[in-house]
Amino acid sequence: MIKIEHLNKKFYDVPVLKDISITFQEGKTNLVIGKSGSGKTVLVKSIIGLHKIDSGNILFHDRDFVSMSVRQKQELRREMGMLFQGGALFDSLTVEENIKFPLEMFTKMSTKEKRKRVDFCLQRVNLHDVNNLYPAELSGGMQKRVAIARAIVQNPKYLFCDEPNSGLDPITAIVIDNLISDITHEFNITTIVNTHDMNSVMEIGEKVVFIHEGEKSWEGTKDDVLSSDDKYLNDFVFASNLAKRIKEKM
Amino acid sequence: MKIIEQIGKYFVLMNRVFSKPEKNRIYYKQVLIEIESLGINSIGIVIIISIFMGAVITLQTRYNLENPLIPLYLIGLTARDSMLLEFSSTIVGLILAGKVGSNIASEIGHMRITEQIDALEIMGVNSACYLILPKIIATVIFNPILTLISMFVGVFGGWAASVITGALTSTDYIYGIQYWFVPFYITYSLVKTVVFAIIITSVPAFFGYYVKGGALEVGHSSTKGVVTSSVLILLFNVILTQLMLA
Repeated sequence: MIKIEHLNKKFYDVPVLKDISITFQEGKTNLVIGKSGSGKTVLVKSIIGLHKIDSGNILFHDRDFVSMSVRQKQELRREMGMLFQGGALFDSLTVEENIKFPLEMFTKMSTKEKRKRVDFCLQRVNLHDVNNLYPAELSGGMQKRVAIARAIVQNPKYLFCDEPNSGLDPITAIVIDNLISDITHEFNITTIVNTHDMNSVMEIGEKVVFIHEGEKSWEGTKDDVLSSDDKYLNDFVFASNLAKRIKEKM
Repeated sequence: MKIIEQIGKYFVLMNRVFSKPEKNRIYYKQVLIEIESLGINSIGIVIIISIFMGAVITLQTRYNLENPLIPLYLIGLTARDSMLLEFSSTIVGLILAGKVGSNIASEIGHMRITEQIDALEIMGVNSACYLILPKIIATVIFNPILTLISMFVGVFGGWAASVITGALTSTDYIYGIQYWFVPFYITYSLVKTVVFAIIITSVPAFFGYYVKGGALEVGHSSTKGVVTSSVLILLFNVILTQLMLA
């Protein structure tokens, strides 16, 4: 479980996050949605400490992340996995080396054990015979799957996904969404997915938080999204003509 | 004010760079990779530049020495001391600042804008230490070797130019390079090389590490890294010369 309390963040006196309090549930796929520039990415990056917050608390299973030393934060981060928007795979390493990297750095596993773990993670994301390829030799969807494999290689307690579907076709996007959701349930991970893709919301959104101009505007489940009376959420959800037509028929 | 802020930021980064590595074996492996990438791959350019520098110093000195009272072996001495004192350390340092510096700034800058540095941080890796420390260690170890190669090849280049053009005899040149040899000049040059190696790697790494934006900004950071490290090399050249030779 990740709990954030009264989180505030400014960039050069411009408030980007305003008094946000949310509890992200363990073993569930928690979605943070909102328009581009609403503060979703800043929120996720603040939670994991890539942005320094101005005020508020961030608790990982009651462990106060904000007051931790740099060393303690580094240790806690070993319990986290992150899927970045662009994958963020290391260009100069092969797929296998990318996934193996955290194991090389932080474990005393034998070469055989590391190989076995890498193969398990690759199988889990439905990738085969790609061990010796470089990221540039993979498609966008495959890169995302390798990034997921790398994120779960150390059995994380917390998984963060920043726009996991950006740049993917709708079918591959659903594959990635379902993979994230399955992994979350299988390993009982607290997963936070940052997205503006409504398909993702309806597919895997067990808990949905809507951010509007840096403020938490709405919170609920995917079943509540379509019937919400929050104006900003409705504008967001029913922005496309297709969605408007569906609403008219509802 | 911005310069002071940048200097402060540089030292904060260096504090992170010179902290305890997570796993020594991984860092040792990285140092070997960087020695190949930044050091061994620079041998070719150092040899080419040094041969021509040695040759040009010899020829220019010869054509400027018209006085028959000045012995010709002094041309060999001039070529040797020029290479030892200045060219093999400072000029080679400036050239490496261009080659190695731009490489480092663009590599780290690219990693920053593609979130690879963030990925390292999320894994719990000290990204500054992991990315920059092996480069500094590699150049501090290998650049003195490049300087020694440059000295040898530069003096050889001077000999080759004098023999090929007939500017002076081989005997005069060889006598000149042996005449009044001061071994401390090599120490002085190697000390400068070590300081320059730290500048060549850490300054472009700093500009790459803090880059924001896209490919254009990575290019700018690379330029800034090379220009700043070149200016710092010249500044520290004066400071070290005053400290060690005055």
